[in-house]
Amino acid sequence: MYNPMYKSEKKPDNTASKLSTGSLPGVAKRHRSERMFKATGLIAIAGGLLFLLFVLVSIGISGIGAFKKTYINLPVPSTIMQQVLDSGIDDADYYSLNRKALRERFPDISGRRDKRALYRLVSAIAEFEMKDQVVELAPTTNAPITIKFTASDDVDMYIKGTVDVAESGAAGRLNAKQVDLVNTLKQAGAIEVGFNWGFFTNSDSRDPELAGIKGAFMGSLFTLLVCLVLSFVVGVMSAIYLEEFARKNKFTSFIEVNINNLAAVPSIVYGLLGLAIFLGFFGMPRSASLVGGLTLALMTLPTIIIASRISLQSVPLSIREAAYGLGATQVQMVFHHVFPLALPGMLTGTIIGMARALGETAPLLMIGMVAFIADAPSNIMDPATTLPVQVYLWADSPERAFMEKTSGAILVLIATLIAFNLVAVVLRKKFEKRW
Amino acid sequence: MQNETEKSTEKTAIKIQAKNVGVSYSGMVALKDVQIDITERKVTALIGPSGCGKTTFLRTMNRMNDIIEGCEVTGEILLDGEDIYDTQVDPVVLRRRVGMVFQKPNPFPKSIFDNVAYGPKIHGLADKKDELEYIVEKSLKRAGLFDEVKDRLNAPGTSLSGGQQQRLCIARAIAVSPEVILMDEPCSALDPIATARIEELIDEIKERYTIVMVTHSMQQAARVSQQTAFFHLGELVEQGETETIFTNPRDPRTEAYVTGRIG
Ligand SMILES: Nc1ncnc2c1ncn2[C@@H]1O[C@H](COP(=O)(O)OP(=O)(O)O)[C@@H](O)[C@H]1O
Ligand SMILES: [Mg+2]
Repeated sequence: MYNPMYKSEKKPDNTASKLSTGSLPGVAKRHRSERMFKATGLIAIAGGLLFLLFVLVSIGISGIGAFKKTYINLPVPSTIMQQVLDSGIDDADYYSLNRKALRERFPDISGRRDKRALYRLVSAIAEFEMKDQVVELAPTTNAPITIKFTASDDVDMYIKGTVDVAESGAAGRLNAKQVDLVNTLKQAGAIEVGFNWGFFTNSDSRDPELAGIKGAFMGSLFTLLVCLVLSFVVGVMSAIYLEEFARKNKFTSFIEVNINNLAAVPSIVYGLLGLAIFLGFFGMPRSASLVGGLTLALMTLPTIIIASRISLQSVPLSIREAAYGLGATQVQMVFHHVFPLALPGMLTGTIIGMARALGETAPLLMIGMVAFIADAPSNIMDPATTLPVQVYLWADSPERAFMEKTSGAILVLIATLIAFNLVAVVLRKKFEKRW
Repeated sequence: MQNETEKSTEKTAIKIQAKNVGVSYSGMVALKDVQIDITERKVTALIGPSGCGKTTFLRTMNRMNDIIEGCEVTGEILLDGEDIYDTQVDPVVLRRRVGMVFQKPNPFPKSIFDNVAYGPKIHGLADKKDELEYIVEKSLKRAGLFDEVKDRLNAPGTSLSGGQQQRLCIARAIAVSPEVILMDEPCSALDPIATARIEELIDEIKERYTIVMVTHSMQQAARVSQQTAFFHLGELVEQGETETIFTNPRDPRTEAYVTGRIG
């Protein structure tokens, strides 16, 4: 930007023109304070951005591992394949066969403890992975095959470098022997790190290597859907009624003051309210996203009502008069002219409310949405949990491997929020574009 | 549609009659004891210094004051002999018969077509699309705007110039075929050329509609009106033929105003 002031200030006063800064007393001081103000603003913004960057980077670094997963490729020799064929592909005892395959891979392992340590290199669902892959291959001969197993969380962390190798040779919960085995596998090229699709397609699990966010994501989706529909419809309708139709008297101003106060009530109070009303009085099912949505709707309503009223107020009187002057009734005036003009502002308020509801944990704890849910909910009555509650649950988990899952879930939460805001911007543009 | 064949005997019929009209805003008296006859199919100008109650009186005639909180109207205003403040009267019906054009052009943020079509639509004046198109075209033609906008009827009304916007508002008011059109300083936000255009327009449409127009310009009142009423400090001081008011006023206050000594 061209600023003539900076140019003239470099000139000494006596040679300056009559229009220079120095020719009028106090002007230099005014410019100085303006620069001070601008600089302060810039520093504040830069500081804010720095913190945001710091948060994103630190969560990103610790969460990126959640999207990667370690696999162990294990050969299944002919002897085992023959056993599979003998007992039938569907009925084979994959529990013992996968252990046998591990033992065959490391023939010199003996002793119960070492064997058990060997078995722990793969995840708890190794037998099912083996069965699925064999069924898919549908072998007809006993030719050897290779099965891709999900590594256990301890191996996963060791491979990703999350845990360091101690002097004793142990790494995290892997003992020295196991570390040895993993290193052998690694040297043989049997360790593979791939994208962790399971993080998106699995629900919560006791085993970190299997845990995913699908359940929590679906729970958030259902909860927000209930919350959005309810709070938008009720909130916008109440705002329109209060702003446009209700008579302005002591009673309505009392209601207005209370709505403003409700917006400032701590969210956990809404949880208590939801617990008392929806669970206690109406007897709705615990942990259901329906109840979560209703509770969050209570919390979001004041925000939406306030934002909607402000955007209704900002519709100019001249538009209202134009409609009345043509003989429109009040309802026609409001719904044909005022409401469409206020809609973008209402949507912004709604999205802000939704974003807050998406990140809310405390009220959901009160209505039991904090339970361990291993199956993704398929409707709003199913027990569910939400993304932030999942973060809370995982963060609280003693297993170290859940740490990166926590950060990973936070990244997904942030991505969802950004998507939300993009939708808000697009909606605003869409409704405002016409004029 | 009202009967457009003019009978010479009805030329001087009285369309609106105000009797003892007083208006107060939350107890503050803005207008008192106004008696006035508005002649049918003539232009009546309301003149007077700022704040004397011209707008207030204009808005009593289609009950636009109803939407102002604390505004109270006393006395009677008769439209074709019927008191418009009677409890039986529906303001919606009244405002269809008594339209209004505001001081600042206020087109809806919709297309030019929709601006004009809105009134006929809500009053159910057109059953089919081509009927509606006919009404819109006719109204725009009467408002002298059609040729300028016929190629862009779907453009937003707010994209027009100030003068065009005001003519759009006039077209919008005409579209519901009112009997009376109230205009509150319709040219105050316009440049001289746009003003001349609107004045011409008023002159053309006065054959069909009874027009009551507030203006702060005495030249304008003299140019376009046949009747003039002079307001001062909330009172109707004098009314009569425009020529008489300007050349031979009875009241000294009127004389002072029209000669430019107060105002
Ligand atoms: N909405 C309102 N509320 C309170 N007082 C008003 C309102 N509108 C007008 N008035 C008052 O009524 C008087 C007449 O105003 P108005 O009719 O607008 O005058 P004019 O149009 O002749 O300039 C003024 O004193 C003004 O302050
Ligand atoms: Mg006025």
